[in-house]
Order: sequence, then structure tokens, then C-alpha cells
Amino acid sequence: MLEIKNLHVKLEEEDKQILKGVDLTVEAGKVHAIMGPNGSGKSTLSYVLSGKDGYEVTEGTATLDGEDILEMEPEERAAAGLFLAFQYPVEIPGVGNMTFLRTAVNAQRKARGEDEISASDFLKLVRERAASLEIDADMLKRPVNVGFSGGEKKRNEILQMAMLEPKMCILDETDSGLDVDAMKLVAHGVNALRDQGRGFLVITHYQRLLDHIKPDVVHIMSNGRIIKTGGPELALEVEKNGYADMKAEVA
Amino acid sequence: MALPQVKQTATEARLAAMTRPDGAKWITEIREAALARVSDMGLPGARDEYWKYTRPETLVQPEAPQAATFDDDDEQLFHEFDRLKVVFVDGVFSAEDSDDLTLEGIEISRLADVATQDIHWAKDLYGTLETNGQTPVQRPLAALNTAYAADGIVIRVTGAPSKPVNLIYEHRATGSDVLLHHVIKVEEGAEFTLLENGPAAARLNKVLEVDIADTGKFHHIRAQGRDHERRAATHIFARLGRESAFKSFTMTANGALTRNECVIELTGDDAIAHVAGACVGDGDFVHDDTVFITHDAENCESRQVFKKVLRNGAVGVFQGKILVKAGAQKTDGYQISQSLLLDGDSQFLAKPELEIYADDVACSHGSTSGAIDETALFYLRSRGLPHGIATDLLTLAFLAEAVQEIEDQDLQAEINTRIERWLERRRG
Repeated sequence: MLEIKNLHVKLEEEDKQILKGVDLTVEAGKVHAIMGPNGSGKSTLSYVLSGKDGYEVTEGTATLDGEDILEMEPEERAAAGLFLAFQYPVEIPGVGNMTFLRTAVNAQRKARGEDEISASDFLKLVRERAASLEIDADMLKRPVNVGFSGGEKKRNEILQMAMLEPKMCILDETDSGLDVDAMKLVAHGVNALRDQGRGFLVITHYQRLLDHIKPDVVHIMSNGRIIKTGGPELALEVEKNGYADMKAEVA
Repeated sequence: MALPQVKQTATEARLAAMTRPDGAKWITEIREAALARVSDMGLPGARDEYWKYTRPETLVQPEAPQAATFDDDDEQLFHEFDRLKVVFVDGVFSAEDSDDLTLEGIEISRLADVATQDIHWAKDLYGTLETNGQTPVQRPLAALNTAYAADGIVIRVTGAPSKPVNLIYEHRATGSDVLLHHVIKVEEGAEFTLLENGPAAARLNKVLEVDIADTGKFHHIRAQGRDHERRAATHIFARLGRESAFKSFTMTANGALTRNECVIELTGDDAIAHVAGACVGDGDFVHDDTVFITHDAENCESRQVFKKVLRNGAVGVFQGKILVKAGAQKTDGYQISQSLLLDGDSQFLAKPELEIYADDVACSHGSTSGAIDETALFYLRSRGLPHGIATDLLTLAFLAEAVQEIEDQDLQAEINTRIERWLERRRG
């Protein structure tokens, strides 16, 4: 599904190489986790894949179901089925959460040549999916993420994911700032979407999220490269010994 | 003091081109006094401090610049609302297009009729608030209006009429040079909503005087546009009694030059004055909001919220002042003016002013200029919203604070829809 080959990325504004040859393939229906120390390039990878400005791809490719996503606008990537759950969801005063969700769902449908969803069907769907994430009517009415707690923001990300039904989901440190209960809710939301051949790339510092979202494959990223790939046991190893040993291994 | 020669010449040229309407003795006296004020002050010139950001020449010159009439493909604003329509065509009241002017709780007359009557309550109000509003800052175009306006609407509100009065302006002649003068008296405890919309003329000079007695309430929602070539100078003069409320909102779309002045005097304790504006300009567009609020009583609240969206070289101006007189304790004054510049060609010029002579007051003011928030834009796009739709959504969000000043939710939605369509048209 998501295929990244030899991806090299530098900052547009300065001559600083962040990703130095990332190779990664997420198959349909699989959950891949990326772990790694601060500054290893994990978030950059998520931003480059979703199309944020300020990065320049100097080498390599990234495709989603064979389509080159690096050439696409952010909204085209979204319509193609890519979704990024932000590490820091953005507050947008003046834009109602519900309006935002409906506009997003319909924009993607339109881009894919599908009919817009009717207002009543949409409302039913939102209520149902919001309820399972314990998002109440008030949160849906408020402006996007404004005045939301850290946990509410992350749950709101998962609600967007549930409404947009992407093929490939990237979760950028979705566990940061979450207490245990909120993490379980988020994990529950992700697990509910795990079927139907969706791919997941879960970026995290800590193993604890992976207790709730069981990965198929774990990658360790350091200094702009994936230095080690293995099964879920790799995450436990990191938790016990930190990253230093692995970095020493490849050095 | 003699006027500078340039000003003297310009003023004389304009006055020579005008004809004073006939009327009863009382209004003739008022008009003569107003004419004397104009001659004393002279009409605005490019060197006047109060006209530093907006060039007044086209508003002053003897002939109105030609302006193409605007063929609106949209439904008339407020058409779904139950309202009493009062229509002016190129500044002349049209009985044929208007509704019957009878409505319970309100007396509505035409200025042209009132002016011929020997005695009328309007004699104590017509030109009075305009005259008061000449100090400390001169507003010669308003005095010119009092001297020469032949038509307008004269309203006395005694109760709570079941529906708003909607003044609808139609522009049919490309060279129409229009003066309109409205007078509204809201009696004690009465409540009234005034709606205004439609392109009025090639050049419009309009004055609205509103006198609100104790505990009276006045709501005003005005839409200017979408005609592109109009020039307009409008003045609102409001005087507020004890525990009264004045709430005015203006939406402006397009227009070569629009200067909206709002002069409010809070004269009774515990009164509230809110004035807000949302404007959208694209290209050949100059929009100026000039507001002057005087607190002359205790425990009053005033609020100014002005938002401007500018693109393709459009220019926005804001001059807003809060004057708190000695003795106006417990004043709560708030003022915000902001612009969203959608490109590097547009500009916003703001002059916020506070002048406070009381020691127990809370006054705040702020002014900002900014571009679209790139982080928010990326967030929206990453959810599949195309660049244009995402930008429009953020633009509407920017204007929301001003539009939300409209109390009535339905009217708020009506205005929002119009702004949305304006943005949509530009998205193509």
C-alpha cells in the first residue's frame, strides 16, 4: 500500500538533511510502528508524506497504491486515502467542528467523483462515531479544537479519521499528552478501523501505546534512517534498554 | 478664520452645483444653519487630518463620477424576512415600490412630506445630532447633507413593531448624485430594527440620526454593495439615553470608495452601544470606517468590532476613537480592528484612539493585520479541503467575530451566506 523508497529530505530554508534514505513498506491491513529518539526524523516523515510546506525531497519516492504522492497537493493526498493524525492538532477559531467535518467529507467525496453525503446521513454517522470516542454534542458544535483538552484534541483527530475512512493512516505521537483512559479510547478507535485492509503507520516514543494498538512490524529510526526492523518484541527491547544500544550496533 | 484658498474654491464649486429644496420655515432655518456650517468649515480636502488615509476629492467634486449600475444576479437581501419595505430609487422615495407605511407601534413618514408641514416633531431632531457631532471633529459632508437633502425617512417608534423596516436603495442612473437624510426617534421603552441594503447611487451622501430615549433599543443591520463603482459617504449620529441600547452592523462588499462614519454619544447611565463591520474588498476598493464614541454618563458600555478582508490592492481604513469624559465612571470600552490581507498588494491603515478623563474606567483597544494562517490552512487541506475552500473557510472564520455582533441568528446567517457567496464567486 504505502511504499517509501530511499527517501531523502532536507529543509527548504536551510541546508539541513533530515531524512537520509528511508525505506519502508506498509502492506494493506498491517500496523507498522516507528520508534526512535527525538530528532530522528519521525515527524518529518509524517509531514513530508502529508504534504506540508518547508521540506524538499532530494531523492527517493513515496507511493500509495502505486501512485506518486509526493507530487500531489495535500488535499489530493487526502482524497487518495492518506490521513495524518497530528501530534499537535491545530485550533481554528471561528470554524465549527461539525462544519469542518462535513466540508472535509464532502470535499473528498467530490474529488473521488462520488455524491455528497446527505445532511441527515452525515449527522447520524457523526453521532454514532463520536459516541464511541466519547465526544459529546458540545464538542462537535465548538470551533475546531478550540478550548479542547489534550485528550479531546487527540480523540477529535481519531473522529476525523473515522469519518474520512482513509486507506492509510499515519498517527504522529498520538499518545503524547494522553492519560491512560484517553489512550485506551484512542486505541479503541484505531482498532475499530483496523479491519478492511487499512494500513497504519504509528509514530511513537513509547511502547505503552503499542500495548493497546498491537503492531505487526516495529521500525527503529535514528538520524534520518531506519536502523532496525523487527516484530513487536523490538518495542519491548527499546523500553528496557533505550536506543543507545541499537545506535551503537549500526555505528 | 478664513479657509485655505483651495478648500474655499472646492467648497464654493460644490455648493454652486447644488439646489436647496423647498420646505416649511422650520426646516428652511435648519438648512440655512447647516449651509452656514459648511461654509465655515469648508468641505474635506486632501490635507485634512481626518482624511489622511482616504482621499475625499471624488466625494466633494461638483459632479458625481459616473458609476455603472449593478445587475445583481442574487436574490434581494432579506427577501425571506417579514419586513416593511421602503424603496428609494436614485435617492427618491418610490411609493409604488414600497409597502404601505402603516405599522403598529411606529410612525413612518417621508422627509419630503414632513418638510412641507408647518409643525412636526422632527424639527427638534433633524440636523440636531449632526450639529452636536461637529465637535470636536468636523464632519462637513454631514452638514452638507442636512442643508441639501430633500428626501429620506422620518420614523418615530413608540412601541415594538412586529417587523423591521427595510430601506432598499436602487441605483438606476449612472450619474445619480444622491443625498438622503433619515431621522429616527425611539421613544422610552420602544424597540426597533432597521435594515438597509442595495446600491443607492453613483455617489451617495447619507445621514442617519437616531435618538434613543431611556430604555429604548435600536438594532441596525446594513449591507452595502455589491456594486463596484459607487462612492459613498455615510454618517450615523446616535444619542443614547439611560439604559438604552444601540447596535449597528454593516457589511460592505465592493465599492470604489465608501466612508462610513459613526458618531455615538452615550448621555444616560447604563447605556450600551455596539458598532461592528465586516467588509470584503477586491481590487479597486477603498473602505473607511471612522467611529467616534463619547461616554458622557456612568456605567456605559461601548464596543467596536471591525474586520476587513482585502485582496488585489484593496485598501481598508479604520479610525476609531473612544472619548471618556470626566465623570463617565465605570465606562467599559472595547475596540478591535483587524484586517486579513490575502496578498501583498493590499493595505490596511488603522488609527485607534483613546482619550480618557475619568479615573475608574476599563478601555481596551487592539488592531492587527495578518495573512491567512498557514498552519491552519495545511491542517484543513490535509483533511481534503481544496486550497480555495480552506482559504474561504478561514476567511469566514476571521469575519465571524464581527458578524456575530448581529443579535438575531437568522439575520446573522443571512449576512454570512452573502459573504460566503462573495468568496465563492472569486473562487470561480
